[in-house]
Amino acid sequence: MATSTTGDPSRRKFTINKKYLPYLLSLPALLTCIGILIPFFTAVAYSLQRYRLSQPWAQKYNWGENYINFMTDPSFWNTLKVSMTYAFVTVGVELLLGLGIALLLQKRTRFNNFVSIMLLMPLMTAPALASLMWKLMTNPGFGVLSYFAETIGIEDMRWASDPSTAMLTVVIVDVWVYTPFIMILLLAGLRSLPRQPFEAAELDAVPRLFVFWRITLPMLTPFLLTATLFRVIESIQQFDIIYAMTQGGPGDTLTVFQVEAYLNFFQSTNVGRSAALLMILWAITYFLSNIFIKNWLRLREKARGGA
Amino acid sequence: MYEKEKKLAKSYIDGKVSRRSMLRGMASMGVTASTAGVLVNAAATQALAQNGFDWKKYSGTTVKLLLNQHPYADAMIANLDNFKELTGMDVEYDIFPEDVYFDKVTAALSSGSSEYDAFMTGAYMTWTYGPAGWIDDLNEYIGDDSKTNPDYNWEDMLEGVRKSCAWNGQPGGALGSDDAKQWCIPWGYEQNNLTYNSRMFNEAGLTVPTNIDELASTAAEAKAKLNGVYGIGVRGSRSWATIHPGFLSAYANFGQKDLNVSDDGMLSAAMNTDVSRNMHEKWVKMIQDSGAPDWSTHTWYQAGTDLGAGKSAMIFDADILGYFMNGGDNAEAGNLSFAPFAANPEAKAPTPNIWIWSLAMANASKQKDATWYFLQWASGPEHALFGATEMDFVNPVRKSVWADAGFRSRLDKNYPGYVEMHDISAPGAQIYFTAQPLFFDLTTEWAATLQKMVANEVPVDEGLDQLAQSVDRQLKEAGLG
Repeated sequence: MATSTTGDPSRRKFTINKKYLPYLLSLPALLTCIGILIPFFTAVAYSLQRYRLSQPWAQKYNWGENYINFMTDPSFWNTLKVSMTYAFVTVGVELLLGLGIALLLQKRTRFNNFVSIMLLMPLMTAPALASLMWKLMTNPGFGVLSYFAETIGIEDMRWASDPSTAMLTVVIVDVWVYTPFIMILLLAGLRSLPRQPFEAAELDAVPRLFVFWRITLPMLTPFLLTATLFRVIESIQQFDIIYAMTQGGPGDTLTVFQVEAYLNFFQSTNVGRSAALLMILWAITYFLSNIFIKNWLRLREKARGGA
Repeated sequence: MYEKEKKLAKSYIDGKVSRRSMLRGMASMGVTASTAGVLVNAAATQALAQNGFDWKKYSGTTVKLLLNQHPYADAMIANLDNFKELTGMDVEYDIFPEDVYFDKVTAALSSGSSEYDAFMTGAYMTWTYGPAGWIDDLNEYIGDDSKTNPDYNWEDMLEGVRKSCAWNGQPGGALGSDDAKQWCIPWGYEQNNLTYNSRMFNEAGLTVPTNIDELASTAAEAKAKLNGVYGIGVRGSRSWATIHPGFLSAYANFGQKDLNVSDDGMLSAAMNTDVSRNMHEKWVKMIQDSGAPDWSTHTWYQAGTDLGAGKSAMIFDADILGYFMNGGDNAEAGNLSFAPFAANPEAKAPTPNIWIWSLAMANASKQKDATWYFLQWASGPEHALFGATEMDFVNPVRKSVWADAGFRSRLDKNYPGYVEMHDISAPGAQIYFTAQPLFFDLTTEWAATLQKMVANEVPVDEGLDQLAQSVDRQLKEAGLG
């Protein structure tokens, strides 16, 4: 860094050469980036290696072999399918529920405010703890939900222990934990919408369903996209709920990316495969984020009267 | 204070009085049995200090341990003051619950950190840690008279257990071979046998099963006759830990192996034989008919607590799980009994696959000789006897402790059939897996395949063929097959 001094030496003024100022100002951001980029590029390097901690002598670059092996590995395709299914089902249900609740609570009343705060409680619970709680509630022997299932005629409901209901069970837990997030985001969006279009529609006695489809929903779309973006990114990286409830089982029913990568690294010490799985997850997340952000920007331009 | 009592304890250590006389003498001096145990242990430590070995060589040094939350760790901590007094060393430790313990160990060792000098491990884990260069071969310490006290008595360790902790690092290499490295020192171990609820068995008129067919029929009968109780508790989570206890003990009893080792050292899957198919079919049907409804999420914890809470009639799992469930606040405490179990009707004796909690030394440790002082004390005969008689340090790995009349009578009194079960199955107790670095990959996949079979997602024969195919592919990819 260059510095210059002017005037009376007893009253030296510390100045920075303008040439270096931009670099100095961007230094904190650069340091933060380094903190992210070094692990990222290390992971990229590992993903291109045959690297098992238990076979250090065999560590070498195999370049794309880990990725090529995925193409013929049925467990990889299963992981991809399970991860995408989980992400889209959970986010889809959460969006519908979150929107529905937000519409019900849209009017500012004491009761609605109280309910909206209460509904945030699941979001305050750590997902791993929520999973343990749900694991107890869905225990086929003594779980309260198993009892209710039996009272409505569903005998021998095994929840996360059965491949046919395991996905449903973890989706329910995810929906319980994260619907409040979408609800609060959409509620904020609904309450911030301009009143004029709705008042005009009311004066013209426009049917409510029409108002919803033609006014509310289009104006709410940026909020919906934001909520979807956050949730899809988070959901596709789900780990705690699934691992705490089933460890990815029964069989391969719930072996999502993060669970598979975790087991590959910590249990099998297969660093190369684990890193390659995470790289693919990163690519999917990046791709989906781009789609959402582009659409979000397009809508913003449209709202501002752009093309 | 306590001088007379200490003298009596020393006389017992020196073999001048019997245990019975010592306890009677202590009682006459108003000393309870537990205090007597503490005095005996202190006398044993003093005797250790007088065997000519320089225990104070590393006085002032501090060793740091990474421990799993476990009764073995509790027993060691309870006796730690004696080690400090004996050596003048200090000991620090971090304790983690088992759910996260091995992740912490992997992270600590793979980073090359010298924070921990020694840690608790299982023998299976050393098949990863050893070849990776994270732990030391302890043979060089055990065999060095200048580093190991003359009363350590390595040969006192049960042979099957001792050998199960030694491997030459060659995939498929026999455990305990002449060129094997002693990656860890056995501390305490678990055999897999039957623990059954004798109250329920009496109530339902059941007899103790002696082979896999009887096990399945008894479990089914228990479920049918006992309201709200399932017949048999075995582990079922999607983890290697599902395969190693009862399942592999039964599998090995039929003479089956996990992998074949060819003459050139290459490995291949061995679980799709006709005998294996037959055994798998029986196992799967037993779980479907009489296992826990949420079997696929059951770890040792659920298997144990269900037995203790009276939700299952028996378990085929770690014997110490039954031991702990027979005490404390468990609903069925005092109702549990133990029996050796050989799944194969034609087998002469049980072949329990074993889990061994062991102690290993971190290769990155900067004070290995001092660390070995701790390891030899913690795995020595004095501490083993203290733990077994005064704490819940079962199962001890030393023959001398199993020969101790006090220990045997304590077990006999409170845990019916435990000693007999141990004595019958101990000769066949060892690790029956093939030692190789992909252990966790292959056993986790085996567990996932079992889950699919139990859920009727795949027939047993097809599932085993798929498993064998996948195992062979993974071995090939790793250059092992």
